[in-house]
Amino acid sequence: MSIAEYANSAAGNPSAKAEGLAEKISVRNLDFFYGDHRALKSVTVPLYQGRVTAFIGPSGCGKSTLLRVLNRMYDLYPNQRATGLVTLDDEDILSPSQDLNLLRAKVGMVFQKPTPFPMTIYENIAFGIRLYEKLSKPELDDRVRVSLERAALWNEVKDKLGASGLSLSGGQQQRLCIARTVAVKPEVILFDEPCSALDPISTAKIEELISELKDDYTIAIVTHNMQQAARVSDFTAFMYLGEMIEFGETSTIFTAPNDRRTHDYITGRFG
Amino acid sequence: MALYNSRRRRNIVAMGLAVAATVFGLAWLVLILGELLWQGFSGLSLAVFTQMTPPPGAAGGLLNPIVGSLAMTFIAVAIGTPLGILAGTYMAEYGRYDKLTQVVRFINDILLSAPSIVIGLFIYEVMVAQMGHFSGWAGAVSLAVIVVPVVVRTTEDMLILVPDTLREAAASIGLPRSLMIRKIAYRAARAGMVTGVLLAVARISGETAPLLFTALNNQFWSVNLNAPVASLPVVIYQFALSPYHDWQKLAWTGALIITLAVLALSIIARTLSAARKSS
Repeated sequence: MSIAEYANSAAGNPSAKAEGLAEKISVRNLDFFYGDHRALKSVTVPLYQGRVTAFIGPSGCGKSTLLRVLNRMYDLYPNQRATGLVTLDDEDILSPSQDLNLLRAKVGMVFQKPTPFPMTIYENIAFGIRLYEKLSKPELDDRVRVSLERAALWNEVKDKLGASGLSLSGGQQQRLCIARTVAVKPEVILFDEPCSALDPISTAKIEELISELKDDYTIAIVTHNMQQAARVSDFTAFMYLGEMIEFGETSTIFTAPNDRRTHDYITGRFG
Repeated sequence: MALYNSRRRRNIVAMGLAVAATVFGLAWLVLILGELLWQGFSGLSLAVFTQMTPPPGAAGGLLNPIVGSLAMTFIAVAIGTPLGILAGTYMAEYGRYDKLTQVVRFINDILLSAPSIVIGLFIYEVMVAQMGHFSGWAGAVSLAVIVVPVVVRTTEDMLILVPDTLREAAASIGLPRSLMIRKIAYRAARAGMVTGVLLAVARISGETAPLLFTALNNQFWSVNLNAPVASLPVVIYQFALSPYHDWQKLAWTGALIITLAVLALSIIARTLSAARKSS
């Protein structure tokens, strides 16, 4: 049985089927363990190509853990393991033979806290590009500019590309990190609570950015802010205690959820 | 109110004791440094840096021990720093959660506080006794043995201070671990790691015991590291214990030179770590 067949035949899939959309990433019966603690329980969810999928749920529900499986970030740490099937373009990314560096170049990630590298603004962007491509100086300059434009940061930093990335404000640093992620041309971008350390204006800019990016990338975003999920996402997944409770189009989840727990959460009754 | 007043009284008493302890500690330091400056500065002259150690009663300087100290310190750092940085990097970046790292850290801490005379005797056994003569190389190696644990410790500590979020960010753009360490972690920890090396230099520049058994001493100009080599601490030791006034004078001057050099290194180290904090 091919991976695609297996994926289609997976039983107990609570996901609403979205017709005509390609599954860029497909998660089937994923279990995740921190040591002996089972943090994800048989999670099944699709990430559709060119769409934004939001993951919501109370703290500790496993949404960040799920995100960290999609680029195998958990592999940096001992005693963390995932079992099940996670495919990116029908390729099993949990396979031990998966090249993690190539995977992460394809599946970029933006973190909760801005994490600029301790180098100049220009180098923050150029550094990642040089890893995988040999470009001439003008080509590289161009890619840096385009990446910063993509992240709506170019106008603010074009005159100080030689300044340290750490000299920027929190919101600018986060956009620098988005530019850095975009610069290596990933196919999927994972946002792990990208706005929780930012003020409302910076948050609005990042949200706008996410909406613009979805034309070219498949996006997953973990957020505690339900209005944010409602604003930026096409699909929403509600998780609770390590389980995928409900997945569907964002408009459906927020207006007519199937599950009592989803309803209680989005109306603020718990979590 | 009574409770508050008694707390206030206890605070005053505790504060008084703390101040007294500080004054007591600093007073000795000031006395030592004052005596050193007083005795050392009067002997400081150009001749100290241009002439060899003299026989008793003749004029001379400290050129051969200064050069010997510089050469052995340089070689010790050249041997000890790469070893220490590689070991510290393994412990912080590759084997952070391994049993081996805990064992190495424990042994390293023992080495860090090992009496330097024991290290001198060890190198005497494995190098001087085997080669059949004292040598500058043996002196440099014994100093390197002191450098390694200092650099291992600071390298590991500084790399552990680099936040994991930075490592994850590096990994998230597909950076292999080796590059992440070289380009990101080292860069973030650079000031602290350089400080560690400078502290190691400061530590070994005053060491006498390990050199007594290895490099010994040399009254004459010699840059042959296969032969006994003079060093400032050993010359100070020899001259200070001698009955000759001019030798004692030179010992003070040598002590002043070492102190000023270590002071300069400490200031550089402080400045670097201050720069790290502000960035």
